[in-house]
This record gives sequence, structure tokens and C-alpha cells, in this order.
Amino acid sequence: MIDKTCEPLTRALAGIEDGMTVLVGGFGDAGVPTRLLGGVAALGLRNLTVVSNNCGTGELGVALLFKHGCVSRVLASFPTQVGNHHFRRAYEGGGLDVEIVPQGTLVERLHAGAAGLGGVVTRTGVGTVLGTGKPVVVVDSETCLLERPIRGDVALVRAHLADRGGNLRYRRSSRNFNPLMAMAATLTVAEVDEVVGAGELDPDDIHTAGVFVDRIVRHGGGA
Amino acid sequence: MDEVAARVAADLPPGVCVNLGIGLPTRVASHLDPQRNILLHSENGIVGMRGLAAGEGPDWDIIDAGKQPVGLVAGAAILDHEDSFTLIRGGRLDVAVLGAYEVSRTGDLASWALAGEPLGSVGGAMDIAVGARRVMVMMRHTDRHGRPKLVQRCRHPVTARGRVRRIYTDLAIADVTPTGFVVRELAPLVTLEHLQGVTGAEVQADGGGHGAA
Repeated sequence: MIDKTCEPLTRALAGIEDGMTVLVGGFGDAGVPTRLLGGVAALGLRNLTVVSNNCGTGELGVALLFKHGCVSRVLASFPTQVGNHHFRRAYEGGGLDVEIVPQGTLVERLHAGAAGLGGVVTRTGVGTVLGTGKPVVVVDSETCLLERPIRGDVALVRAHLADRGGNLRYRRSSRNFNPLMAMAATLTVAEVDEVVGAGELDPDDIHTAGVFVDRIVRHGGGA
Repeated sequence: MDEVAARVAADLPPGVCVNLGIGLPTRVASHLDPQRNILLHSENGIVGMRGLAAGEGPDWDIIDAGKQPVGLVAGAAILDHEDSFTLIRGGRLDVAVLGAYEVSRTGDLASWALAGEPLGSVGGAMDIAVGARRVMVMMRHTDRHGRPKLVQRCRHPVTARGRVRRIYTDLAIADVTPTGFVVRELAPLVTLEHLQGVTGAEVQADGGGHGAA
């Protein structure tokens, strides 16, 4: 039987390198893979492109990537938040390229990346500064923007339950971007509360199929 | 603004699915009559959100779009972001009540960034403004410097063009019509002349034909 559980943390993160694009699940502090992010920050990587709805607050999660200078580019819908001093400092220090993406467009661009589609055609952003310079497509006399797919080299996601084969279940609104990001990267690493044996999750109740998940770590494990 | 929140709540048709924007519109939630079965949507993946009851502890896996802990009503559903924004843009979000910096006479909404600031946070505002079947704004009539927020053209970066249908302020309820702002109702002691003085575009008296919310 396949067993995708992977310890120690450095082994679960093996293959993540300078310059890669990293998709990070979560919305605010819900559903953020904090152990994995702590591990990535400790690797001392540089020039990562991070795709994350928010840019982290306090001393945990995505904030650590900014604190340790790992990020040169970020795509986010809502980077400015109270308590995001590490992002703020990185941004104000220069050398951080921020692309603001409307949240639903971020969703669909990730979906396009996950599904092998050539892009997204959406009304969102038409006539706004976020649409400036983007290709315009008219569909049935409706003006739309053409948005590019987003795909990650790596996705770091947070789930509640996994079986050893990587099937995932999420809890409450910590699901958010996680299922989508799990499907949109070449290497997907999931951080979960609990790992159960194959067959213990009902196939009808699985949110992300294990075929999308390469490695699993436990949330409570060490650095 | 609690009177305004109560009025918005009273105007929502029974059974609709509603998204309340961060800030002032959030206050509408505490004025909803449970008998009217209004479903609150949060773009981070909740349909059937409610405020925490007195003494109810937070579950940090259940938060609203403002990242505050909330509860789930009986019959609530959790969605991932894909399904949540499909709901928004796909015609299942009946009403959005959004905060705003400005609304123009043609219904342009400016709500996500301030003019001249290098970095804004748009969140789901553009998708919601484009996707909701009916977009309403709840805001103070003027900004904290006393400047009009109902304007001829938005000075701040626009969230969506021509999408706002109705505005609820502390001074009036106004609709965006093909001829500009039409006042549907004035707050007690507010005259049309006073309202015109604090509005950046022409306000027309209601000539009848009061539109339902």
C-alpha cells in the first residue's frame, strides 16, 4: 500500500529550490500550513514567487517567508492587514514585486493552471486599474479580460484528515484555497491533523483525491 | 449607522443569499429576522453564516471574510474557494451589501484602494461587485473630512463600473438611475437642499415609482 507520510520535515520539503513558485493554501489564519512554512523559511531559500490570498500576520505562516527574505514576488488578493509587519517591511524595503489579483480571478487562474487550460476570460476587473494592460476579449458582446493561468512548482496545503495514500479532508472554512492549490502544482505537500489507514476515509467523503498529493506531514510534528 | 443597518436588513427580501462586505455592512447581520431565512454568504466558503452567540467560544476554522470567528446556522454548507466564487459570479448571490469610498452617478463603485496609495487590497470585492445580482452600498454620506462620497466621477480606484443600484447612507436612500441619483427616502430632519449640499452630483427628488429592494 502506498504511504505518502514523510518525516522528518526536511525530507518532506526536499526539492524546493531558489526561484520556484510556491502556492500556499489558507485564508487569513484558517487553513494555513504553518509547520511546512516554518520549514521552508528555515531552508534559507531566495527569490521564491509566492501565491497566497494573504501575506501573513504575526510570527507564523507566510509571514516567516517575508521575515527571512525568501520572497521576491507575491501574488495575493489581500496583502494589507493589521499585523503583517514582515510583509510590510519586505515591501517597503524594495525588491518585492506585488501583484494584486482579485480573489475570484486568483481562484480561476489557479484552476486554469490545475486543469491545463490556456487562461481565464472574466468580467472581473474590466474598467479598473487591475485590468490595465491586460488583453481584452469580447464574448457575446460582453467585454472581458484574458487572465493567465497560475501553476506552482510546489503547493503547500493544510487539511484535517489524510489517509496514507494522500486522500484529504478539510475542516470548516479552513478548506478555502487548499483543494484548488493541491491540484495546481507539480509537487504537493499536505500538512494534516491526523493520518488514517487506507480505506478508513469513505471514498464519497474525500475532498482532494490522493493522486494530487505527493507527501504528507503531521501538523504537530517537529521542525 | 445602526438605524441604517436595520433598514437594509428590513429591505432584504425573504430567502435571499446575501454577502455583507467588511466594515459597516457587517452590522446588517445583527438586524436580520430569523423568520425570513436570509442566508449569509462569506466568500471564504460559507453559506449560512451567523454571528457567535453570547458566551460561544471561537472556532478558528470558522471565520468570515474579515477573518473574525463566526458560527454556522443549522443547514449551513462549506464550499471551497472555487465553488464560492462560482456562486458569486454564477448568479446565485442575490444581493451584495458593500461598503464604499465613493459611488458615482453612473453606479461606479470605488471601495478597495485609496487614490495615491501604492498598495491596496482588493479581496473578493471586484468579483462580488461584478457577480452579485443586485449590488447595494451602505456607507456614511460624507467622508471624515466632510467630503461627498456620492460623486459625479470616482476619484479613488474603481472596483467595478456601473454596478451599484442603491445606496443607503445616514442621510438618505438613493437609487442609481439612467438619469443619475434619485432620492427614495430622506432621514428624519434632512431636507433635499441639505442633501444636495453634501452630495457631489445632482440628487433628484423621487418622482414616484418607488423601486422595491
